[in-house]
Amino acid sequence: MSRLKTEFAGAAFKNPVVLASGTCGFGRELAECFDIEKLGGLSSKGMMIHPHGGNDGIRIWETPSGIMNSVGLENPGIESFIEKDLDWINEKNVVNIVNLGGHAKEDYYRGVERLNDVHLDLLELNISCPNVKEGGMNFGVKTEAARELVREVRKICRHKLVVKLSPNAEDIVSLARMCEEEGADGVSLTNTFLAMAIDIKKKAPLFNNGYAGLSGPAIKPIALRMVHQVCKAVKIPVMGLGGITSWQDAIEFIMAGAQVVQIGTGTFMKPDISLDIIAGMEKYLKDNHIESLDEIRGIV
Amino acid sequence: MGKILTNVRLSDDFYLIEAEEKNDVKAGQFYLLRGWNEYPVLSRPISVFDADGEKVSFLYKTVGKGTEIISNLLPGEELILQGPYGNGFPADIKGRVAMVGGGVGIAPFYYTAKKYKESGMCDQIDLYLGFSGQAVLEKEYRSTADNVTIDIGGFITDSINPLDYDVILACGPEIMMRVLYEKCMKLNAKAPLYVSMENRMACGMGMCKVCTCKTKSGNKTACKDGPVFLGSEVFA
Repeated sequence: MSRLKTEFAGAAFKNPVVLASGTCGFGRELAECFDIEKLGGLSSKGMMIHPHGGNDGIRIWETPSGIMNSVGLENPGIESFIEKDLDWINEKNVVNIVNLGGHAKEDYYRGVERLNDVHLDLLELNISCPNVKEGGMNFGVKTEAARELVREVRKICRHKLVVKLSPNAEDIVSLARMCEEEGADGVSLTNTFLAMAIDIKKKAPLFNNGYAGLSGPAIKPIALRMVHQVCKAVKIPVMGLGGITSWQDAIEFIMAGAQVVQIGTGTFMKPDISLDIIAGMEKYLKDNHIESLDEIRGIV
Repeated sequence: MGKILTNVRLSDDFYLIEAEEKNDVKAGQFYLLRGWNEYPVLSRPISVFDADGEKVSFLYKTVGKGTEIISNLLPGEELILQGPYGNGFPADIKGRVAMVGGGVGIAPFYYTAKKYKESGMCDQIDLYLGFSGQAVLEKEYRSTADNVTIDIGGFITDSINPLDYDVILACGPEIMMRVLYEKCMKLNAKAPLYVSMENRMACGMGMCKVCTCKTKSGNKTACKDGPVFLGSEVFA
């Protein structure tokens, strides 16, 4: 598997395949299905400083090649995560990425401070959740509004910092550049696309929040384009995600310039789909006599 | 993955599919079923109708694209099975038991009644089955229970007197289970009511939180903590 070895902001990945936040919990359930130590990394469920119950109403809806979700960052809070789950993940031979969300700037700062005291490999700052009102994506839409948050978090954060970007940003390239300017160690993109469904019987939005986040293969071509644009614009490494469900998809993101890729919705199609993707990438490199992903990364 | 043994149409939109599967199943558990590789994205959570350690069967209703694809699968083809998942109904039920099923919500009660009968701890097992159209599998249900009451086109909850029972189990539309819960409350029935929730699911194993039930003791996942909860936990 040495061909797949990758480094991201100082963290050594045995392969570039990471489970995306919100689709794998803390890895415990999937560990009962397959050996999660075969993965490159795991980005845990988005945590907030306080426990959060998430959204009311329908939380999931299918589209022809995707899903819309409106979970709203239901999470047990950072203290519970540290007490019950963090050690378990740290004991696994995977890069431990802890995803942090918030309702308000103060929530983020307190979350980052609390996480300074514990071991983790990368902190993924979620400024892009479309399902949390008064926060989340609001910070991720306008570059200058996000700058203050990223700058302050960078000052406080003692961990390597990856900022997760929203495809709903007014200008995702300028947002990524801003993260680089403010000292982020990397960016990940994209989170889900703001989307909608209408209940025609009730003549009302299907989701209580009105809008929800679209993910899955439906968004892949757009996410790939955004990753390509961002990779051309910044020098910090990029985690690419958005509808990756095959090794071919993953290779496309690498060729667009992504350092590593994240798998989200694909896990719902097949819990161990990431292992298929890893095996497929390895075979592709071998068959094409490519010794390292560096040979094809950003080649397009 | 299990080889399909039979896949039979029982009425306009009810089907029974049987596939090879060796896992042990608890009464009231479900599997995620998939008869395709890519789309629809999500597998379908379907209650176990019967299981014997060699094969498992599912009573299902065609409601959308996924169940429609499953209904077209042929014996000899593979069914992708993930499970069994969920907590299931309590195994240590004693006394007089009523099981109330509405529509395809009758599915778990064949195996549940069979298991309870095997346990020898139940004095009486009565089934109340409500259909909007044609009744299905009547003979099979009658073979597992002491009494079977069938309602077509009405409200199955009108047929049951909760005071006659020590325990009541329900599975079906949420409104049916809620009405039954309210009836139990009104009559001050001492029988605990267990309900099997049908929230939309994605992962089936408790990690994605899309099927969350807001309960009296906080958020619970329908797929892993449930699908069976006390009515007083989810409807009070």
